[in-house]
Amino acid sequence: MENLTEEQQAVVEMVRDFAATALAPHAVQWDEDKYFPMDVLAEAGALGMGGIYVGEEHGGSGLSRTDAVLIFEELAAADPSIAAYISIHNMVAWMVDAFGTDTQRAAWLPGLTAMTELGSYCLTEPGVGSDAGALSTRAVRDGDHYVINGTKQFISGAGSSAWYIVMARTQDTGSHGITAIMVPDGTPGLSFGAEEKKMGWRSQPTRQVVLEDVRVPATNRLGGEGDGFMIAMKGLNGGRVNIGACSLGGGRTAFQKSVAYLKERQAFGGPLIKQQHLLFELADMDTELETARTMLLRAADALENGAPDTVKLCAMAKRVATDAGFHVANQALQLHGGYGYLAEYGLEKIVRDLRVHQILEGSNEIMRLIVGRLAVED
Amino acid sequence: MKIVVLIKQVPDTADERTLDAATGWLNRDAGDNIVDEINERALEVALRVKDGDKSTEVVVLAMGPDEAAKAIRKALSMGADSGIHILDDALAGADATRTAAVLAAALRDTGADVIVAGNESTDGRGGVVPAMVAEHLNLPLVGSLTTLELAPGKVSGERQGESGTLSISAGLPAVVTVTERTAEARFPNFKGILTAKRKPVTTLSLAELEVPATPAHAVIVSHNERPPRVAGTKIVDEGNAGTLLAEYLVENRLV
Repeated sequence: MENLTEEQQAVVEMVRDFAATALAPHAVQWDEDKYFPMDVLAEAGALGMGGIYVGEEHGGSGLSRTDAVLIFEELAAADPSIAAYISIHNMVAWMVDAFGTDTQRAAWLPGLTAMTELGSYCLTEPGVGSDAGALSTRAVRDGDHYVINGTKQFISGAGSSAWYIVMARTQDTGSHGITAIMVPDGTPGLSFGAEEKKMGWRSQPTRQVVLEDVRVPATNRLGGEGDGFMIAMKGLNGGRVNIGACSLGGGRTAFQKSVAYLKERQAFGGPLIKQQHLLFELADMDTELETARTMLLRAADALENGAPDTVKLCAMAKRVATDAGFHVANQALQLHGGYGYLAEYGLEKIVRDLRVHQILEGSNEIMRLIVGRLAVED
Repeated sequence: MKIVVLIKQVPDTADERTLDAATGWLNRDAGDNIVDEINERALEVALRVKDGDKSTEVVVLAMGPDEAAKAIRKALSMGADSGIHILDDALAGADATRTAAVLAAALRDTGADVIVAGNESTDGRGGVVPAMVAEHLNLPLVGSLTTLELAPGKVSGERQGESGTLSISAGLPAVVTVTERTAEARFPNFKGILTAKRKPVTTLSLAELEVPATPAHAVIVSHNERPPRVAGTKIVDEGNAGTLLAEYLVENRLV
């Protein structure tokens, strides 16, 4: 790969080994059983994957955003669903590290970075998705506490997480009236909806998070009142790059399976790879994936260095990579013919898992809205 | 306790391993070179002792070309404290006897309570170097353990034989070798990978070791490529396939 340092090579090698032994052999079964492997997540946490770009002070690994791209690609090459869950968890851990006080960081980060305590990101609501600034969950100050009421939708890890970072309205001033509050599991009034039945991402739970008169100390607020939307969006910049890397990893595996299959499968008097139109298809798939990788590494670099065009590059990279990953996986399924459609071959799972990457962390339509608005703004 | 683990860099068994057609020596560029898995297990034994008692010092020792530094780095990233790299062009092609003499010379001053190694490497599979090292150092060899316990002043464990299980123990210092039935090695964590570079590695040349000079070195007398696989025997059933199959198995001593 391109100009990786010795450490990066060692990081990639380790994650690849870990993913190949701890994730890949179980991915299809976990998907079928809708099993969320929390013990394996704790193993990943022990290796440093719970706070990849969280500072080292409270258990983070202190790696770069570029390292994160490399890591998520490798994890997703084995299992996009688990990789994506780890990506969301990292977003939460980073938000605590970036916006928490020293006291908050010391209290919350050790468990989050070790992944013995999981974190859920709670922004979307049943009636509010892309227009997140219009959310209606409300937090009302009552002495030293906030009392929170509302419902959060499509929450990854809900019911299994130790921490829910809830974006709630503290003022009726649109996106400027939103505050981020850490709600611990077990708080009276916090409950969860039924586990959603999903097309993909079946090895991680998705539920509603219901908050009914949930009282948490005001000291659980992350950042200031009204900072919530900004914190949520900053978290998403990294989330977008990471989810894009998950698409890249899944797409890479689908591509590699296709190359192997076309070399082996005999039809019309020889291996399918001899059919030039199929070779061209592989060429396009490979090119799409490399394009995605290039965009992701560029966005990660911008994020790492706080470049002025970070938001734009993250949005572009997210769209390019998640479209590429899904398209490549879907084409790979087509190239495998009927076998691609069978669960046993592990390809249809990749297609199902990668489909949602085009929808979440800001849908790809929203990515174009962001890029378009930035392109025409004065 | 001070534990020295012997590690060797070998070609990855997942890759195609080939000999150089002209010289007959191993073609090291044909695939990835990695820490021998059996050595990683030996290291795991040492690291578990360190997990239980932080005062344990784990040193890895490797003899090999420049690239062996990578194997040492991997061991350091897994948790070893320091490394010793015996690096000398004059050691290219050293056979087991020479290797053992050199390793023993490097080990003599380490003050190791115990030296742990794999029972045999996945490339050469000679399985004699640890015993030769023990002989040079005048230490007991506690070989081919499948389980073991290291306590202050004592090593004990089990060795599986064809006819039973042997419980063995020895006082320290000693040379211990383990088989692939001991615990699987851990993954290095990110922190380990990032700190590995800051851990000390001592590079030793032959001149710095007290090893008697010897003109002896391994030579390749002849080598052949592995013959291509031939098609298997086909038994056509004409009512007597069972008998033919049984005869075939007996004839080839497969039953």
